[in-house]
Amino acid sequence: MKLELSAGQRQARAEFRAFVAAEIAPHADRWDREEAIPLELVGRLRERGWLGSNVPPEHGGRGLDMITYGLLTEEIARGCSSVRSLLTVHDMVAHAVGRWGSREQRQRYLPRMARGELLGALALSEPNAGSDAMGIETTARADGDVWVLDGRKKWTTFGQIADLFLVFAKVEGQPAALLVERESPGLTVRPLRGMVGTRASLLAELFFADCRVPAANLVGRVGFGISHVAAAALEQGRYSVSWGSVGIGQACLDACRSYAAERRQFGVALADHQLIRALLAEMIVNVRAARLLCLRAGYLRDTRDPGAPAETMAAKYFASTMATRAANDAVQIHGANGLCEDFPVARYLRDSKVMEVIEGSTQIQQITLPLFDFQEF
Amino acid sequence: MDQTQLAIKEFLSRFFKSHDLQPDEDIFALGFVNSLLAIQLVAFVEKTFGIRIQDEDLDLDNFRSIDAISNLIARKTTAEATPA
Repeated sequence: MKLELSAGQRQARAEFRAFVAAEIAPHADRWDREEAIPLELVGRLRERGWLGSNVPPEHGGRGLDMITYGLLTEEIARGCSSVRSLLTVHDMVAHAVGRWGSREQRQRYLPRMARGELLGALALSEPNAGSDAMGIETTARADGDVWVLDGRKKWTTFGQIADLFLVFAKVEGQPAALLVERESPGLTVRPLRGMVGTRASLLAELFFADCRVPAANLVGRVGFGISHVAAAALEQGRYSVSWGSVGIGQACLDACRSYAAERRQFGVALADHQLIRALLAEMIVNVRAARLLCLRAGYLRDTRDPGAPAETMAAKYFASTMATRAANDAVQIHGANGLCEDFPVARYLRDSKVMEVIEGSTQIQQITLPLFDFQEF
Repeated sequence: MDQTQLAIKEFLSRFFKSHDLQPDEDIFALGFVNSLLAIQLVAFVEKTFGIRIQDEDLDLDNFRSIDAISNLIARKTTAEATPA
């Protein structure tokens, strides 16, 4: 495993960073207040090839290596976690289709997802099923050459504008994954507002009432919807969230570095107060540690190592909890300024909390990580 | 057991620590299979034997025992080596 970035990766990071500084970071607080990112931004991400950048070249994608992919995610999240979440959910669906989709599905959907012409969203969570994915109540039944879906999904990130949903449902009690296009008859999308964090992520509720999709839209096989299809999507999502959390941590550090240098109390800069320095030191070290875990997870994913899921889970657990701590300390360093909209750290704190809930909560990682670890010894 | 079977047994032994897994033994019946094993087993087979498990391979019978996994690998290796 190489710890240093290649020249190409450094160059890519500079490109990501410049774009985020110009096109995303200056507007993120406004998008947060408006609870929506502009569709024009989606177009610019599309032009750059950053939607579906994980799609393999044989399906028209860039097939970014996992480190470059991580750098993209970190830099986007450093500017705006809602924009990061667009990449996360779109790429989760692309990854699951690439991993377990049929040849026909891969040919039909991946090239358009790689071009960003077709936005994907994951429809797993329900009002009564969050961490307990096997507890989903949405059903699908075969009827001739179609599947008929009934049920409801909640917290579907970018559901308001997605074109293609990867929906998880029970078929005679067995979990299955199905691709549902937005125009499918029987699907109703209702916007969700008033979220605490990643507020501009255009969340939606999905209602399926006698919703009919072609039989060929089943991804994988009935019975493998959660264990394999959702697992693939969630592993991709955890990797994205890990790097996104590093981005939040780095943004906290950036904000605190300049604030602590400029703000004076008791006649000296905040940075000269030892207790503030202690908070900064924790933040610096933890951001770096989280980034190292992400790099290792990326390396294992690039080499298709069986240990990649465990390492990705460890990175997600550490990075997401790190982001919350960093953002909490960032608000503390900013004092009352950290509690108002004039500074971004309050947004970072709200966004960081989301990272501990999505793609497997902190508690799910705590339950699962030891099981991986026990295999090794 | 041949080399393929031995490699599979070594991998699965991480999950069945105190059990001497036999080639034809049903790993699902032993009750130790969970989603972690499912994810890692696919990755292990793909990386170790250089094949790609596809959607049509998602059948529990393909992963039920060392013999079943070994047979799947043999079929996939033959199929992927045969020009289309």
